[in-house]
Amino acid sequence: MIKQPLLFKDYQEGLAKGELLGVFCDKCHNFSFHTSVYCNHCGSTGLSAKPYDTTGVIRTFTVIRVAAEGRNAPFIVALVLGNSGIHMMGNLEGIDPDSASMGLIGKKVKISGKKTLPDRFSPKVEQCLVFSLED
Amino acid sequence: MKPFVWTAVCAWLTGKETFFMREVAIAGVAMTRFGVSEKTCIEMFCEAACLALEESKLEPKNIEALFLGNCLGDFEEGQAHMAAHVHTAIGLPMGSPALRFENACATATVAIRQAALLVGSGVYDVVLAGGTERVAAMDTPLATRTFAMASHSGYSAPTGITFPGVFAMAAHMYADKYKIDIRELQECMAHVSVKNHFHAAMNPKAQFQKEISVQKVLDSFMVADPLHFLDCCPFSDGASAVVITTKQKALQMTDKPVFIIGTGQAAGGPVINNPDMTRIKPREVAAAQAYKQAGVTPFDIDLCELHDCFTIAEILAIEGLGFYEFGKGYDAAKNGETRLGSKKAVINPSGGLKAKGHPIGATGAAQVTEIVEQLRGLSGKRQVKGAKTGFVDTLGGEFGTVCNLILRSHP
Repeated sequence: MIKQPLLFKDYQEGLAKGELLGVFCDKCHNFSFHTSVYCNHCGSTGLSAKPYDTTGVIRTFTVIRVAAEGRNAPFIVALVLGNSGIHMMGNLEGIDPDSASMGLIGKKVKISGKKTLPDRFSPKVEQCLVFSLED
Repeated sequence: MKPFVWTAVCAWLTGKETFFMREVAIAGVAMTRFGVSEKTCIEMFCEAACLALEESKLEPKNIEALFLGNCLGDFEEGQAHMAAHVHTAIGLPMGSPALRFENACATATVAIRQAALLVGSGVYDVVLAGGTERVAAMDTPLATRTFAMASHSGYSAPTGITFPGVFAMAAHMYADKYKIDIRELQECMAHVSVKNHFHAAMNPKAQFQKEISVQKVLDSFMVADPLHFLDCCPFSDGASAVVITTKQKALQMTDKPVFIIGTGQAAGGPVINNPDMTRIKPREVAAAQAYKQAGVTPFDIDLCELHDCFTIAEILAIEGLGFYEFGKGYDAAKNGETRLGSKKAVINPSGGLKAKGHPIGATGAAQVTEIVEQLRGLSGKRQVKGAKTGFVDTLGGEFGTVCNLILRSHP
């Protein structure tokens, strides 16, 4: 039976401990998207959960100014390309959202986890990625 | 081997293209006026369905299946399992199955494509397809939350990402990739909104039948940087219905059938798995399928209803569908190239999602309705002269689904 290498529960538990778990292919040595059962690159089933590098580069971002219920705007959402080769979405923190500009794109960040706000629709989601600019 | 089984085998073998075993046509189309409605989702769809049946000279007993698009009825009205209730309201035969489709904003186009595939392969002769949605029944925070449910609930949504936010990130990436000053891109995006409001001002079914200015767009408040309020489609109520049948039967129902000559659909997962947000790969795959099946190229398209949920989305779409080179479509609206009267493909003559409105589960059927009426020469002031071939493009979620249709007028 083909195994599911990384359950969301394990991803969240890892993040709570500061460990960033991804799905790694033992055959072609690439990371695939977290929910993958088959390697996104070579199709292999030889995937396993593996921690990945906690640094990356901002590819793009936005400042959310009209938020969904239960959230307080403004806040920054960014898409980061991790040094392990996988993209991830998270909140860029540590800077004033009103100071966010195009100059953020290409900046290096550290990647970690934070407690997020479970809501009435997703009560089991407890962790979220957070990015902070490297000095 | 039955024809429809062979069709499925062909599709599986090629993995690229689906062939119709018999020609598929649209006999009747209808939509409600988009905006804020006092009617329920079921009532709105009934209004559209009855008009589409009337136009097709059909009675409910003639419908062999109902493919109903609806995304958020559970949250809007506490109504799940809507298709079965619509089925009763219209009075369809008990033996005609009713299915609900949900593919985020691409929902109704997917329902129509599935109807076309099953009619084309011989399973059904007459299918009623379309969609209905009552987004304005929710307040903005709840609507924003439920739209965000189309993002990945574990890996995207916990960031608080919204749909304007997804496309705002695409706009920033576009400006960075093609080295365009963000203020220049914002001005070009504003021209998309102005052009679509100009078209909607001539559309009696549109939510916003008034023109706006570039300055008004740029002066509106920021929703998600760099997208202003008037870069964004509204929350809308509305429904639209389409009768899909064989060429032979369509010719008995109307003297102006419109033919579905190509379809395509592709899936892409979450945006973090498709991270060049300037190139929506599922669109490129789906459009290639549709062009190949239809035997046409982007140069053959007279008009296109495409997914302009946000102004940057129209820019990405005109490039992804092949009307412009990548990185070259951003000033097309500013230059008047996509406006009614242009020699190039006219983009969103209905006013698009931006100004006609975007009741998400109904949107694709309304796009089809616009193209069908244009190809029949019935669009009044906003008629694209000589329109023969039209394109439908609908995108769902954070780029996870794209569905395309190519329609052609009766010779």
